[in-house]
Amino acid sequence: MSTLSHLDALESEAVHVIREVAAELERPVLLFSGGKDSIVLLRLAEKAFRPGGFPFPVMHVDTGHNFPEVLDFRDRRVAEMGERLIVASVQESIDRGRVVEETGPRASRNRLQTTTLLDAIEQHGFDAAIGGARRDEERARAKERIFSFRDDFGQWEPRAQRPEVWDLYNGRVRRGEHVRVFPISNWTELDVWQYIAREGLEIPPIYFAHEREVFARDGMLYAASGHVELEDGEEPFPASVRYRTVGDMTCTGAVPSEARTLAEVVSEIAASRVTERGQTRADDRFTEAAMEDRKRIGYF
Amino acid sequence: MQADPLDGTTELVRLVTCGSVDDGKSTLIGRLLYDTKQIFADQLEHVEETSRRRGDGYVNLALLTDGLRAEREQGITIDVAYRAFTTPRRRFQLADAPGHVQYTRNMVTGASTADLAIILVDARHGVVEQTRRHASISALLGIRHLVVAVNKMDLAGYDEARFREVADAVAELGTRLEVPDIAAIPIAALHGDNVAERSGAMPWYDGPTLLEHLESVEIAADRNLEDGRFPVQWVIRPMSAEHPDYRGYAGRVAGGVWRAGDEVVALPSGGRSRVVAVETLDGPLDAAEPQMSVTIRLEDDLDVGRGEMLAHADAPPTVTRRFEATVCWMSDRPLVPGARYAVKHTTRTVRAVVDEVFDRLDLETLEQVRADRLELNDIGTVRLRLSGPLAVDAYRRSRATGAFILIDEATNDTVGAGIVVEATPG
Repeated sequence: MSTLSHLDALESEAVHVIREVAAELERPVLLFSGGKDSIVLLRLAEKAFRPGGFPFPVMHVDTGHNFPEVLDFRDRRVAEMGERLIVASVQESIDRGRVVEETGPRASRNRLQTTTLLDAIEQHGFDAAIGGARRDEERARAKERIFSFRDDFGQWEPRAQRPEVWDLYNGRVRRGEHVRVFPISNWTELDVWQYIAREGLEIPPIYFAHEREVFARDGMLYAASGHVELEDGEEPFPASVRYRTVGDMTCTGAVPSEARTLAEVVSEIAASRVTERGQTRADDRFTEAAMEDRKRIGYF
Repeated sequence: MQADPLDGTTELVRLVTCGSVDDGKSTLIGRLLYDTKQIFADQLEHVEETSRRRGDGYVNLALLTDGLRAEREQGITIDVAYRAFTTPRRRFQLADAPGHVQYTRNMVTGASTADLAIILVDARHGVVEQTRRHASISALLGIRHLVVAVNKMDLAGYDEARFREVADAVAELGTRLEVPDIAAIPIAALHGDNVAERSGAMPWYDGPTLLEHLESVEIAADRNLEDGRFPVQWVIRPMSAEHPDYRGYAGRVAGGVWRAGDEVVALPSGGRSRVVAVETLDGPLDAAEPQMSVTIRLEDDLDVGRGEMLAHADAPPTVTRRFEATVCWMSDRPLVPGARYAVKHTTRTVRAVVDEVFDRLDLETLEQVRADRLELNDIGTVRLRLSGPLAVDAYRRSRATGAFILIDEATNDTVGAGIVVEATPG
């Protein structure tokens, strides 16, 4: 009998994880950003529950600075699937005074998302949030469990994680606590792209090379948009670029690319010598432990 | 070198590495990642910069594996880290278990899902107490393939006689632990000798490099294709206009090969039926093998929910309310007779009381010694009495249906990892 391919094995593991969350937690939610990893999560949820519906809603934390192409895609995709979408808005958190908008040329709403996310989890009474984080993304994530416990402040304590043995997950929480669950923990960026190709999944157009007005900052290319103040000497110019990750427009960099098809994108990723976060995420460049620090206080 | 990037068909192999910092484990992992080109330019730059700042005098590949701030600050590894690397032939998932802090707990965590264990030894010291511990925990957890990387051969003068001595001790250990496949490979991780590249310094060695070995070990035969086991995770009942009567049992195959027509029994309830279809979102399958997540439909409407196990009717598991188990204890508060815990076994959770503690493994002598309690990081044999029946197999026969965790219901912590040694019906 043939053995499973690595994509089949990773898929089966992830589907098992998603079914475990649904079965063992009272009110899970699946976090969907419109990015490639959460697109894979939606597909895996279909694999887990069809022909039934999802036993949880889908939630997007919208910074208000998201790429319009991605928001269009998000709305269309969730509607096509007949599932329920909740949008948690950073703008609303600002308007209600929960968070204060950063100012200046380097202002970003990336950090504000954490408050919006934790507020939404509390407001809806969610006890599990399924996310698309992967262990290959970043060093702190390499150490995180698939079922990752959060206390009632939403905090991650890396030194006191529950042992995770075999595929026997412990998702027990008390009121106010929750678990973050990462079904594609063991996938790499390349696995994600191979899976998107294999399953023929639609992705937002910004993942393919396109002409865009960009400006250079800190060795990265950013979209020129109303959301970013330019500093002296930063001149927008047109370039053929694609996005390798999809996040807030203010802190997600584009990469120069001519890859216009899925096959070309996958080849580009396979040949890439820079990590996706290193190449495209300003938020991870501040300190050596930037992600660990944000995760500890409740970031995705 | 990369596999065809559009081809997602390489085999996934799960590894665990064990060894202490002094054995050069982090360096070996850094070397494996570096030589298989998994290290990206920005990561390498970061390591080079940190090496310079620390005054290491060389590019310290061990730094690639430090994940947490406290680990970098204290120069230690606290928790299991998971990493991926790929060769043209295989996709590896590696659990890196720290050697000294909480080593039993970490090693059990890393080893529980592994197909193969890499155990580091220092060529100058050979097989030491810790090597025996790592090998015996690996064997206990059912890992059938061990490879002992005899590291720091450079510091042992690349001496063939020294390697032969260590390799003989390794073989003897394998025999004693009844490990079906154990190998020793002479390496020098710091310089890359026999990791991915053949060493010029050890012309006397004509075996595979470590990476060649990892790429060629046959793991497919480890699957249990005989005992049909399917714990029900979730019942799919859309009750929609399109699917008014659909009822599918969703789960992950724990053993055996599942096909339409199979006679099944649902346990512990005992209902019998026949498989009508084994399917996924992509349609019906001819057969489902272990580890596949699928949906099974049955001929009859049995009252089967999460926590029931479907089993092939000709060779069902043992349904029991008590069993003997080997438990790795992971809590600061000791396990003592009379204590109560929740037991999660496959998809079923029941309560258990510890009837008796028999013994614990002395990790220095590897002898069973009498004990009346298990302390943190102890491994010992206990008898559990359950509040309700479980359908279990001995772990050595079936990993997926012989494993369980113990949960402290007061704290919700996972406090123990257990394997069923022997179960008698009742």
